[in-house]
Amino acid sequence: MAPVTSERDLRLDLFRGIALWLIFLDHIPSNAVSWITIRNYGFSDATEIFVFISGYTAAFVYGRAMRQHGFIVAAARILKRAWQIYVAHVFLFAIYLAEIAYVAHSFSNPLFTEEMGVLDFLRNPDVTIVQALLLKFKPVNMDVLPLYIMLLVGFAPVLWLLLRAPSLALIASATLYVLMDVFGWNIAAYPSGVWIFNPFAWQLLFVFGAWCALGGAKRLAPFIGSRVTLALAFAYLAFAFFVAMTWYFPRLAPYLPRIIGDNIYPIDKTNLDVLRILHFFALAVITVNFVRRDWPVLRTAWAEPAIICGQHSLAIFCLGVFLAFAGHFVFTEVSNRLLTHVIVSVSGIAIMVATAALLSWYKNVERGPRPPAAKPGFAGGEA
Amino acid sequence: MRTRAAVLLALLVLAGAAKAEMPQQCLVARHLLEDGNRLPKVAAAIAARHLNVLVLGAGSSSLPGSGGAAMAYPARLKDALQTALPGVTVTLATDVTARRSAVEMADALAGDLKRAKPDLIVWQTGTVDAMQGADPDLFNQALDRGIATAKAHGADVILVNAQYSPRTESMIALGTYAEILRWVAVQHEVPMLDRFAVMKLWSDLGTFDLYSPTKALDTAGQVHNCIGQLLSVLIVDAAKPESPPQGGQ
Repeated sequence: MAPVTSERDLRLDLFRGIALWLIFLDHIPSNAVSWITIRNYGFSDATEIFVFISGYTAAFVYGRAMRQHGFIVAAARILKRAWQIYVAHVFLFAIYLAEIAYVAHSFSNPLFTEEMGVLDFLRNPDVTIVQALLLKFKPVNMDVLPLYIMLLVGFAPVLWLLLRAPSLALIASATLYVLMDVFGWNIAAYPSGVWIFNPFAWQLLFVFGAWCALGGAKRLAPFIGSRVTLALAFAYLAFAFFVAMTWYFPRLAPYLPRIIGDNIYPIDKTNLDVLRILHFFALAVITVNFVRRDWPVLRTAWAEPAIICGQHSLAIFCLGVFLAFAGHFVFTEVSNRLLTHVIVSVSGIAIMVATAALLSWYKNVERGPRPPAAKPGFAGGEA
Repeated sequence: MRTRAAVLLALLVLAGAAKAEMPQQCLVARHLLEDGNRLPKVAAAIAARHLNVLVLGAGSSSLPGSGGAAMAYPARLKDALQTALPGVTVTLATDVTARRSAVEMADALAGDLKRAKPDLIVWQTGTVDAMQGADPDLFNQALDRGIATAKAHGADVILVNAQYSPRTESMIALGTYAEILRWVAVQHEVPMLDRFAVMKLWSDLGTFDLYSPTKALDTAGQVHNCIGQLLSVLIVDAAKPESPPQGGQ
């Protein structure tokens, strides 16, 4: 097995940071600026990038821990991380409750009697809050963290296997995905339905990311670098782009052969549709071919805002969810003009970057004086 | 945007499609009605001079209060159809109950079809399922089942998606259910009134204020009236045998 390179690949932080920005933009309902995000131009969206890179970095960080300190220590660290994410999720839920209680108190309109029923859960907080603590009640936009928690809770044994028999671990993960598809496995949600991000499905991208981090990427390099793969990736992206355009321009729909339409729909996000995985792979292949690990821009001030966001992904993700709530609040309470959308989107990202910079600074302060050669903020980065 | 609306209006007048009683504010959303799917049963019913419509829906197909039923879009649709189709007897029945999921409505549909024997079913759904976080697969299957049942009983179907409700937008994840509705409409070749897009446009243009808290039915009544008018346009267009609808060209 190839040794894990000691230096962190800044591309991971860069693209995770960008994914966090896109998730923020997509989470503000009816945000005009979310037209720029990738979900509008193909099948996959920023969630795939986030989950894949999270798997990659988790394997990178905890794989090293497992080699140096053994299974127990690494497993304990992974669970501690899961606990941190759980606490963050509960914190976000508290903010959500505050927002929803405000709307319930201040808004009424006979046109929206039905929709206001969504606030009914405030009448029996005993049940809803317990269900939220059990990760079964997950309000809008709060689905990613429970998925992340589940993935980390199950990660220690997977990592153990990945370090010994990486191919076997990947095959096990793919088998679980297939079984999920065949038997319809998912986790029940409250008050009804299932998890929006099915952990039995999304684990595949997470484990694949981890597999890539532990030598898989090197094994795939000749395949990814080949011109045929690149051409296929471009062709698939073009196909997905055309299909996406038929959603917005119904007049294009007749040009999509019926047999294709019948077979691709519905493109299932909950169960991570194969079309979405392929779309993510195509994006990844093109990215790896054109953005090299030693790309000079990665070391410049241009890339740093996204990189530092990617390095503090948990805090910045939570902040993004909160900012999306706040942004929507501005739309409803202050103004819903296009200019407001732009201002809210840009200042939201600016706040995310500023917070990440603050966290990097604080991390360095806590760590104490360092040898001058190490570039602050870049040496670490979380899982 | 205003220019575009004016141009559209002029085009409609030229085409002779503008209806005198249709308020201008409804018309700004006229171009969103573009839909190539046909309603053959409705066309046959119009030719036979009797059109029987059933509205199957949940809470957002009704308005509260004693005068609510007359102001809600099903009643407005009936009046609009009656005006648009002189010489045709239009009857309209409703099966509207708040907080009903698509599964519950698909279950109720067989009984409705026997009772009302409609030529057309206007099926409004999506909101309640999104609020309850219903299993998207079950939602999809319920739509498939309902449309199949309706077609087996010789009725056409028009789907109506969720309302645009800006205040609750960050609390109800409509996305998945809206997409499923769109796909089901494409797959079964049934027209859909994109009520969400229509109301969002009205909100963005300032046609109707969907933000302000109120207990009065004024705005709600106007919105429902426009929804009824637009549905009528969509139905009449989709039942015209000779040419596809001209909206948005």
